[in-house]
Amino acid sequence: MPDFVSVTINGVPKRVVRGTSVAAAMLLAAQPSRISVTGEPRAALCGMGICFECCAVVNGVSHRRTCQILCEPNMTVETDQ
Amino acid sequence: MTRAEVLVIGAGPAGIAAATAAAANGRKVIVLDDNPAPGGQIWRNKTAEENGSSGGEMKRRALESLRQSGAEVLAGRSVFAAYASGLVQTVWDASGGYVEEFGFEQLILATGARERFLPFPGWTLPGVLGAGGLQALVRGGYFVAGKRVIVAGTGPLLLAVAAHLAEDGAVVSAVLEQASLRQMVPFAMSLLGDPTKLMQGARYRSRLRKTPYRTGCWVVEAIAGNDGQSLAEVRMTDGARTWTEPCDLLACGYHLVPNTQIAELLGCAFRGSFVQVDESQRTSLPNVFCAGEPTGIAGLEAALVQGEIAGLACAGQPTVALHSRAAAARSFGLRMEKAFALRPELAALPRPDTIVCRCEDVPFGELHSHVGWTDAKLQTRCGMGPCQGRVCGPAIEHLLGWKPVSVRQPLSPVPLEALCFHGEPAGISNRH
Repeated sequence: MPDFVSVTINGVPKRVVRGTSVAAAMLLAAQPSRISVTGEPRAALCGMGICFECCAVVNGVSHRRTCQILCEPNMTVETDQ
Repeated sequence: MTRAEVLVIGAGPAGIAAATAAAANGRKVIVLDDNPAPGGQIWRNKTAEENGSSGGEMKRRALESLRQSGAEVLAGRSVFAAYASGLVQTVWDASGGYVEEFGFEQLILATGARERFLPFPGWTLPGVLGAGGLQALVRGGYFVAGKRVIVAGTGPLLLAVAAHLAEDGAVVSAVLEQASLRQMVPFAMSLLGDPTKLMQGARYRSRLRKTPYRTGCWVVEAIAGNDGQSLAEVRMTDGARTWTEPCDLLACGYHLVPNTQIAELLGCAFRGSFVQVDESQRTSLPNVFCAGEPTGIAGLEAALVQGEIAGLACAGQPTVALHSRAAAARSFGLRMEKAFALRPELAALPRPDTIVCRCEDVPFGELHSHVGWTDAKLQTRCGMGPCQGRVCGPAIEHLLGWKPVSVRQPLSPVPLEALCFHGEPAGISNRH
């Protein structure tokens, strides 16, 4: 039986399997991780901590590489504007 | 500062093999890795339990040997500075930017490789990911069941990724390999002498019975749906004919490029794009060794044997018994490099408004008037964002032929307060 954790992504609660990366959770919630300097929505590209496209605001801290962070109970995640 | 006799950077197969060999022969070993858990990319954790595959079994055994060897693994640490005199500095992102220092007598670089990305119109749309990128995210808990996926680019990874996606329930509508069949034949023939790799290829193919594997084909454009903000279809070509197919996800990567930033920063000598090493994996610096992809893209077997050689060499043990295995693995890499060489048409895909540097949104049209990296960096900020040219650098090398310029520390973004008050977590108030 998988174990679940609940996180909040752009204000909306999302339940994911424990061990899910924050980047994967943002993809599941169809939310961009960041808005680029010219205003384009972006989502994870490399999945391995290289490209920084998955950077988002995690628990109030911006520019966090969400592919390198696992979801934890009650974590809040927001698109990095 | 924490002191190790042997410090290993990277806990993929090469780093695990190196650390195990060194620690099992009495050296005090610390392994640093950027990812949340050891295993590297090829052995990246799956959120669900490992599915009993041979890869999972190999990884389990390697990690068990590592544990028994007594080597200490510290995950989540990004190296941002390194000095051959015996110091490595890391930032521990998950702790909120805690800076740590590690001393070493010998250093083993096992920093692996990353995917090569090439820009094409629409490649910045959400829904367009790397091939290894999508696989890593699926292993990280993303679900692709029922999604229509096109896998494209080049290299042996495409088939592996497509097979895994299909196993996870994705509808893989096509695999596009840019290399021509003729270019790939000698490589394919050489696998006939390698039953393990041949069987692996056959297993992948059997999972993709309904998926066409099109050689000599490549993506020319990713097209957004009506919202203008996410992928809806992909335009592709075989060089003569161009057609469009709908899809939910495009997984596109052009083989691998080595992660050599730390070796460059230390001042190791290079042979082309790769770190130069001798038969015992020693670089041009006497106390720095390098194993795996940074010495030449050659895959898992090369990483394991080179890692073991480096670890034994650091422990003063003989390595000569392993040299022929290492040479065979290296020659596999060279054949692979020829088979998947990039076709020139890929350099003509970006339009003037196609973004090349994704961190700073620098379009291709702004780069033409510059003669090289230094000029372009100063005028456009290309390559100066947080990824430090890790994505656009190899792309621009293919598009414009610019060779990368020297790397500098910090190799990855470090919070300023972490640098000023290192030894304490950033954001903690009791600073002195």
